[in-house]
Amino acid sequence: MTGSIEQTGLPADIPDLPAPGRAAAIPVSATRAGARLRKSRWPARLDLLQSVSGLFLALFLVAHMFFVSSILISKDAFHTVARFFEAAWLFGKPQPWVVSVVVGVVFTVFVLHAWLAMRKFPASFRQYRVFSEHKAQLRHSDTGLWWIQLWTGFALFFLGSVHLYGMLTQPELIGPYESADRIWTGTMWPLYLLLLFAVEIHGSLGLYRLALKWGAFEGRDPVHTRRRLRVAKTCFSVFFLGLGLVTLLAYVQLGIAHADQAGQRYAPSVVGNVAVRN
Amino acid sequence: MSTSPRILTLRVLRSSPVEGEAPHWEDFRVEEAEGMTLFLALTEVRERLAPSLQFDFVCRAGICGSCGMLIDGKPGLACCALTRDHGTTITLAPLPVFELIGDLSVNTGKWMRGTAERLETWIHSAAKPDLTAVEPRMEPELAEAIYELDRCIECGCCVAGCGTLRMREEFVGAIGLNKIARFRLDPRDERSDEDFYDLIGDDTGVFGCMSLLGCHDVCPKGLPLQTQIAFLRRKMVAVGLK
Repeated sequence: MTGSIEQTGLPADIPDLPAPGRAAAIPVSATRAGARLRKSRWPARLDLLQSVSGLFLALFLVAHMFFVSSILISKDAFHTVARFFEAAWLFGKPQPWVVSVVVGVVFTVFVLHAWLAMRKFPASFRQYRVFSEHKAQLRHSDTGLWWIQLWTGFALFFLGSVHLYGMLTQPELIGPYESADRIWTGTMWPLYLLLLFAVEIHGSLGLYRLALKWGAFEGRDPVHTRRRLRVAKTCFSVFFLGLGLVTLLAYVQLGIAHADQAGQRYAPSVVGNVAVRN
Repeated sequence: MSTSPRILTLRVLRSSPVEGEAPHWEDFRVEEAEGMTLFLALTEVRERLAPSLQFDFVCRAGICGSCGMLIDGKPGLACCALTRDHGTTITLAPLPVFELIGDLSVNTGKWMRGTAERLETWIHSAAKPDLTAVEPRMEPELAEAIYELDRCIECGCCVAGCGTLRMREEFVGAIGLNKIARFRLDPRDERSDEDFYDLIGDDTGVFGCMSLLGCHDVCPKGLPLQTQIAFLRRKMVAVGLK
């Protein structure tokens, strides 16, 4: 590849080489064969960890949406799901701390992912402005999507933390009436509405970018695959936003209907779910 | 029935760091011709309207990579851009990141050389080169694969299209990663993945890529940058986990 240097037509002794206008990661004098220091393996591990934590959270998000949307089937269905996670099937009676443990794990991964992702944020006003102008000038779809991913991620620092902290400290208050009261009487619905949009958009973009980043599903025609991934991303967003909105509406309706008895715990109408049977 | 040719307005971001001329937009009107490229339009401007207009070209055929510039905000080669694919007003600006020479001319060669030196983009072999010996045979498929990545003309479009590099100028960019991918393929290069990790195994290298894929989408040569960067990431993570 010496040709690529020669074809620049530049003399070999340009004074400001090796990296014009840029800070090289390693001084060239240190990169000569035999003189190079072994580079840390941590950047590789952190990069992988960011992806793995993101994948874990996205998969949890999918499962979580199906769990909470069981309210659309019936109050008993959601009650059964909620009690299932209290592991009465294991301990003989409901143990809300089990939910706290699960939430604690998710919260830990959430914080870890946020910390890792922050490395990619613009680190100064100059970087922010440069990227913002670049995005506006280039009008490139994936560059624009990353900007959305950035801001939805930023919003999740706060929205997600509030939700997770509530579930962590009050695991026993997950149930048809309990959740509906929290959403309506506890005025959490605006936060959940914002959280829904932020998390679903961020999650779908994250999964899409994850596939591109690691070359998953590339196949013989990566360009075609990328188009299909974009369609899948949009379908993911639309489906889970739709499901989430309908589910949130169901909780709001239930909360309004139950506002007079807010605070009253739900008692299942059918004695047959796991928690009661045990 | 013939229609009258369009009158194009080329809105050029002009400046001259040497003469201290501040950046400003200047409009030039040219009559569009059949099959006109931006290179031809700019040549007409320079010949008829603004002899001092600076822009680079050599091959006029998308081979040399000299005429890279921002065309309506997107990096591209002026010699390959047909005016009919654009509106009647076309904005032209120099590629960012690179040292500005003047008007639309930037010093990509200086940047490319810095990157080549930094990433050591040449064959590394302990064997003493024998210039008279016949080169070892190579499978045609492998030669094709190397050639595919070697088609890079160093025009700088991927550099200008990369949001990560615009934010963090120490990032090696797709061009640097593509070159590493090319030498990793080459059996004559004796470097191991551990050696390549030492060159690109951090956030200024492959782990800094945020997969925005502006590079891939603006590359005038259609290089498989998306797949090569993903491939390198997998290989470098494998080194990192050892």
